Amino acid sequence: MSTQPAPIETSDATPATAVPGDETIGEYARRWWAGLRAGELGSLPIVVGLVIIAIVFQSQNNQFLTAGNFVNLIVQMAAITTIAMGIVFILLLGEIDLSVGYVSGVAGVIAALLLIPDGNQVPTLVGIGAALVAGAAIGVLHGLIITKVGVPSFVVTLAGLLGWNGVVLLLIGNRGTVIIQNNTVIGFANDFLSPATAWIMLAAALALYAGVLLLARRARAKAGLPAQPDLLLALRVVGLGVVGAIVVYVANQDRGIPYVFLVLMGAYIVWTYVLNRTRFGRHVYAVGGNAEAARRAGISVDQVRIACFAICSFMAALGGIILASRLRSVDTNAGGGSILLYSIAAAVIGGTSLFGGRGHIKSAVLGALVIASIDNGLGLLGLSSGTKFVVTGLVLLAAVTIDSLSRRRQERAGRA
Amino acid sequence: MNDSPILELRGVSKAFGAVQALYEVDFHVAAGEVMALVGDNGAGKSTLIKCIAGIYSSDSGEILYNGEPVSIHGPKDAAKLGIEVVYQDLALADNLDVVQNMFLGREETTSLRRLDEVDMERRAKETLQTLSVTTIRSVRQTVAGLSGGQRQSVAVAKAVMWNSKVVILDEPTAALGVAQTRQVLDLVRRLGEQGLAVVLVSHNLHDVFEVSDSVTVLRLGQNVAEFKTKETNQTEVVEAITAGKLSKIPGQPAAEVVV
Ligand SMILES: Nc1ncnc2c1ncn2[C@@H]1O[C@H](COP(=O)(O)OP(=O)(O)OP(=O)(O)O)[C@@H](O)[C@H]1O
Ligand SMILES: [Mg+2]
Repeated sequence: MSTQPAPIETSDATPATAVPGDETIGEYARRWWAGLRAGELGSLPIVVGLVIIAIVFQSQNNQFLTAGNFVNLIVQMAAITTIAMGIVFILLLGEIDLSVGYVSGVAGVIAALLLIPDGNQVPTLVGIGAALVAGAAIGVLHGLIITKVGVPSFVVTLAGLLGWNGVVLLLIGNRGTVIIQNNTVIGFANDFLSPATAWIMLAAALALYAGVLLLARRARAKAGLPAQPDLLLALRVVGLGVVGAIVVYVANQDRGIPYVFLVLMGAYIVWTYVLNRTRFGRHVYAVGGNAEAARRAGISVDQVRIACFAICSFMAALGGIILASRLRSVDTNAGGGSILLYSIAAAVIGGTSLFGGRGHIKSAVLGALVIASIDNGLGLLGLSSGTKFVVTGLVLLAAVTIDSLSRRRQERAGRA
Repeated sequence: MNDSPILELRGVSKAFGAVQALYEVDFHVAAGEVMALVGDNGAGKSTLIKCIAGIYSSDSGEILYNGEPVSIHGPKDAAKLGIEVVYQDLALADNLDVVQNMFLGREETTSLRRLDEVDMERRAKETLQTLSVTTIRSVRQTVAGLSGGQRQSVAVAKAVMWNSKVVILDEPTAALGVAQTRQVLDLVRRLGEQGLAVVLVSHNLHDVFEVSDSVTVLRLGQNVAEFKTKETNQTEVVEAITAGKLSKIPGQPAAEVVV
């Protein structure tokens, strides 16, 4: 294909059907650069932000970039990441869920209570399953009230924030604190893959990724559609390989990859697939972008909404179990504190729009990484929660500012 | 042109609270016919279309498709009959790309409930090509970045790619410039030539006279006149729009009714 300018102008008379052959890597890079200048920043600001965070904290305290702290960071960010993935579904709809903190608390407490080894305990999987099902059921309840009764999600989940906090207190009763003695549950956040297993899983993941990319490429070529250059596919696989190898290598210097990392990877893959590759995911974006258009296209908007609230509360429940595992106990404060705000902030810092229709599961992971790094770094410096909240608040503000500035730029370039 | 109507409405009424948006409207369109639907603002054109599309359910009256009474309870029912609507506000999702919009609600899937992006992209391109839509550079750009005419083309292409028999366009040229209006009108005419029944809602009588075969005039929710385009002129149609004879004085303040 001849060198074509970046497609910023849409008024040009090149037919949609006349894009022959494949792009070269140079053309791809030029298109990316043009998009960047037009305000399509993607994950770039957040990656730059993470590098800055790492440099600043490392220069203040040389404990920050150590293998031990790296493993701590994975464990610390796990619960927020999980809950933030659920929040992404809600923000994509243009809704909000303020109840995720205490819903995670309810799930953590249910699992802990069912698994107390007092002779009446249930099998481990049943205990965990019950907590997750309870989470999903809570989400369905929220969704039904929001769609069928028509109460705004802000109000319903604000009531949930209070109500589920109350349920946590009622369930704990006068026990005060429930120590978790179930080894499986504790193992999530406190046991580690053997170094060899970690490497094998990385290799498997890379093979899977390369296979998926190649199959997609072949299908496009077969249908005569332009496909991405081979070199770019290779770069993608190598890039993931390098990042993955660094993660595994560094973690193996210390205790290794925690099991909870596998839970995060699994959730990431499943929900990314659901959002990007399934009809349901497409409908989530459509409802968030233009609910009336979705309705006229015959999409059952209510069902999509209810499903998203169910997914969100389910992920909150999973996050609650992870948190309980990390703390090895639940108490009357389960699901409280900064969990709710950190989870929503993570999704937003990662680039998910509060106005619906824009965002990815990736946002939850990147945003949670930023928040957990700041929390962790300031903790190493011995600074108080007060400082942590102020700094995290400023980062949130910066992220949203960058987003709206780039959006304005995209509008001017006709790309929004 | 086949004279027996493929779609026919008999005595359709629809009220929104105290507002009688439609009163006993008769309407029909045949295969290969371009039927213009005209009337002043608030005459009930969009409401009539939404009743056909199943967005609103009519209070009384019946809809016949190929002579058979049908009940249309939602967009899916209409689509199943082969009735597609391009709405005045287009109803495109700005955050989705051209292909995603064209297949919205009817996505193709392969195994594992996986979206068949490749096939959808191919079919979208084909459809745009058969409609001679040549100005859209990439079918993978979001529709937010498209011009008014391009958005209109996408909305029309979305409507005709389903083997549709009846295509209804609500003011497709309202927001367009000269050249883009031209494109859309050509598109409308081509649809009629391809044997589809086309309903064209428009305020622009010049456009109406250029592409339509017949004209139905709505006034205050009532069908006040029907013409063969060849046998009438703009003056006659304007008169019907502004002062056509009403069969019933609507239950509105008398001042609003000009008889
Ligand atoms: N959803 C609704 N709720 C209440 N009243 C409505 C609704 N939709 C339409 N109406 C009323 O019904 C009447 C007909 O409206 P409609 O939109 O069908 O007019 P129209 O002929 O399409 O006008 P225009 O040329 O401005 O598009 C108007 O009086 C309008 O106010
Ligand atoms: Mg209208």
